[in-house]
Amino acid sequence: MDIRNELNGQLRIVIVGHVDHGKSTLIGRLLNDTGSLPDGKVEQVHEMSRKRGMPFEWAFVMDALQAERDQGITIDTTQIHFKTEQRPYVIIDAPGHTEFLKNMVTGASQADAALLVIDAAEGALEQSRRHAFLLHLLGVRQVAVAVNKMDRVDFDQYRFEAVSQEIRAYLAELGLHTSTVIPIAARHGDNIVTRSDKAPWYEGPTVVEALDAFRPQQAPTELPLRFPLQDVYKPDDRRILAGRIESGRLRVGDTLRFSPTGATATVVSIEGWNHSQPIVAAQAGQSIGITLDKRIFAERGHIAHHEEGAPHVTHRLGVRAFWLTSEPLAVGKTYTLKITTGEHRVTVESITAVIDIEDLSSTPAKAVHRNEVAEVVLRSRSPIAVDLASALSRTGRGVLIDGHDVVGGCIVVEVDEGPAASTNTTEVSHAVTADERNAANGHKGGILWLTGLSGAGKSTLAMALERALFDRGWQVFVLDGDNVRNGLNAGLGFSAEDRAENIRRVAETAKLFADAGVLVIASLISPLQADRARARAIGGECFHEVYVAADLATCESRDPKGLYRRARAGEIPEFTGVSAPYEAPESAELTIDTGAVTPVEALGELLDYVDGAFGKNALKRGRV
Amino acid sequence: MTADLDYLESQSIYILREAYNRIDKLALLWSIGKDSNVLLWLCRKAFFGRVPFPVVQLDTAMELQEVYDFRDRIAGEWDLDLRVEQCPPEADMDQTLPPLTRAAARKTEGLKNLLRTGKYQGIMVGIRRDEQATRAKERVFSPRSLEGDWDVKDQPAEFWDHYKTRFDEGTHVRIHPLLHWTELDIWRYSKREGIPIVPLYFAKDGKRYRSLGEKNITFPVDSTAGTIDEIIAELVVTRIPERAGRAMDNEAEDSFERLRSSGYM
Repeated sequence: MDIRNELNGQLRIVIVGHVDHGKSTLIGRLLNDTGSLPDGKVEQVHEMSRKRGMPFEWAFVMDALQAERDQGITIDTTQIHFKTEQRPYVIIDAPGHTEFLKNMVTGASQADAALLVIDAAEGALEQSRRHAFLLHLLGVRQVAVAVNKMDRVDFDQYRFEAVSQEIRAYLAELGLHTSTVIPIAARHGDNIVTRSDKAPWYEGPTVVEALDAFRPQQAPTELPLRFPLQDVYKPDDRRILAGRIESGRLRVGDTLRFSPTGATATVVSIEGWNHSQPIVAAQAGQSIGITLDKRIFAERGHIAHHEEGAPHVTHRLGVRAFWLTSEPLAVGKTYTLKITTGEHRVTVESITAVIDIEDLSSTPAKAVHRNEVAEVVLRSRSPIAVDLASALSRTGRGVLIDGHDVVGGCIVVEVDEGPAASTNTTEVSHAVTADERNAANGHKGGILWLTGLSGAGKSTLAMALERALFDRGWQVFVLDGDNVRNGLNAGLGFSAEDRAENIRRVAETAKLFADAGVLVIASLISPLQADRARARAIGGECFHEVYVAADLATCESRDPKGLYRRARAGEIPEFTGVSAPYEAPESAELTIDTGAVTPVEALGELLDYVDGAFGKNALKRGRV
Repeated sequence: MTADLDYLESQSIYILREAYNRIDKLALLWSIGKDSNVLLWLCRKAFFGRVPFPVVQLDTAMELQEVYDFRDRIAGEWDLDLRVEQCPPEADMDQTLPPLTRAAARKTEGLKNLLRTGKYQGIMVGIRRDEQATRAKERVFSPRSLEGDWDVKDQPAEFWDHYKTRFDEGTHVRIHPLLHWTELDIWRYSKREGIPIVPLYFAKDGKRYRSLGEKNITFPVDSTAGTIDEIIAELVVTRIPERAGRAMDNEAEDSFERLRSSGYM
């Protein structure tokens, strides 16, 4: 073996198929006939077979567990390395039994290509078809078929052609194209490494030649950029956003947009350790860290991309799902959907169809049982940044988690971006819909988020607005920053983390009120753009930001609580405006300058805005 | 031609960062061997120079002196938060295990003590699939029971880089960031990156350690490879398994499986 071949891209091949069609035997033979078994392995297998009173069992090379050898079945997936003249391979053995489907999925998901093994006498049975279907869902597009145990049908060409045509037709319907179907007898090595003289009518490749014809999967560097964040590190004064580029390329100087928040910033550096040269560009497949020119709100689960070719942002997804657990997937149930590093609570809105593995027909259903494949509609409270699997597979697929376990997988086949879907007005688990609440109240629920310096007039305005709206018959309530610190947030201090958490809790609480139909007036200094962006992400469309502006001198001259005086005296550390920054909103829905208008005028402006955004007219617009 | 090493490195960094983000209390097992040295190196890459969790050596007092020297030097140079956990004596082990396997089981018990006292939820281990057949069955995030057992017949689904990161109280997870590497990859990467290596791996008087373990149960194999390049050349052609010098592996057909099921690395 030449070292150059050794370094040719390694290829990962999964061997799938129905139980007892000979997957493990084929692998054992492949390893032996290519000279890939370590010294002593064949003798070991002889001994294991003898002890169990069996003829030489190739499968024992792979089936490492006692239970597997004793029962003669493969329980879990395993991997083993071997080489041909052309390149090194990792062979992934996947169990054929139905009850081990999660293990098959685990193995097959890591493969570049698949070899489907079918018994010549039995043809494509249930698990052959199920495995083929899952290969398609898992994104394994290159498939070759080995029709095994040809010795049992005397290498009959007609039998081979029949099996071959049946499976070709099935794969074609799934969109999996295979040019290669090979007649083999794994136990005897026919057409594995060397061409068999027992099937002179066959002119196609051997198994090894078929494997060598597969191409390694390429990292999708030419597709639009997707950089999902894994974590944010602060090793020193740097703030490094860490993650892996799933597709596309990224360069220092690029302007990135983050979904679903919509925040934008420019890449200042690509950080590395032990690099002699500064890194200026990175591409799909690389785990990197970047720094930005601005301190935007960005956290695990957010996806960075370029302005062009952005992902969809949606609350409602159509997915094709496979189910791996005994508790069925059912309409109305709630799971965690994890797409790359982002996690979202989703509710099953409907099951459009369960797909029959035998003939690929669809039937509507109320539940999806273990090992079934189905078309399902999921609805999320939080906005999800996502792609169609057909366009960008890595950000267009995810797992469903129930409690502590991954219970299914899905690929995204449809994205609903319509406004009706994103107003979260029809939470399926409620018997009373948001529309009904709105109609009963005569206005929409929502969040009016008042931000500004201490002394800008937030509390005064909030209380006046509450009175005025209540007098008009509105469901309205003020969540005041100081008041919530006495109860809901009593345990929180004033560190950066605690302040952020304070705001998050107020936002979540406000969201609950808003869902209950109430107009919430949240009055908080909330000085940081990032914290407010997070509140907006929680509130979604019903979140409206009001910047209560007044310059520092004005606020300080008012000083209703005597706080500025104490801050100037050094009695209050990190006081916003004095010793801690206030980041003014860049895109508030409304700005009221209390230094320039009277309190009555300010209230008038607010009432007008509230009426337009949440009042009767807004209700009518919302119905369209 | 090291694009394949870049891929391996990126995948391992991704795994390390997932573990660090999702698991509260983490520790890394450092055997001082070639694999866990690579693992430490990858941690420094993933976290920009620093290893942000304790690094634990399960010590049986049976390592070779070169190993201890190397440990102390690197722990200082790399500013590691090193904890040495002394393993209980062989007399305390399950006496139904074959004798050499019993000696190896001391590390399992040392690990259990570590988990009890340190309340760790995640233990990172530098094992690889190509080392040994039961390790080939492993998950990247491999859950353990309250007793530390590995339920090999019922492992979680793991696909598309979504790992099991939620657990019952009191259980823990083994994290295997090098599972997809081969022995050859480890050496090629060590060479490319200039990672320090215990000198015992290099041949002296026609013998070298291919896999480093305690001196009572590990033996050097025949070799003339005195440099990394010679080791790489040797591995490309060899048909001798990596752990041939590990006496406990082959003591009985199921000795390694029994060790691993009850919590061995």
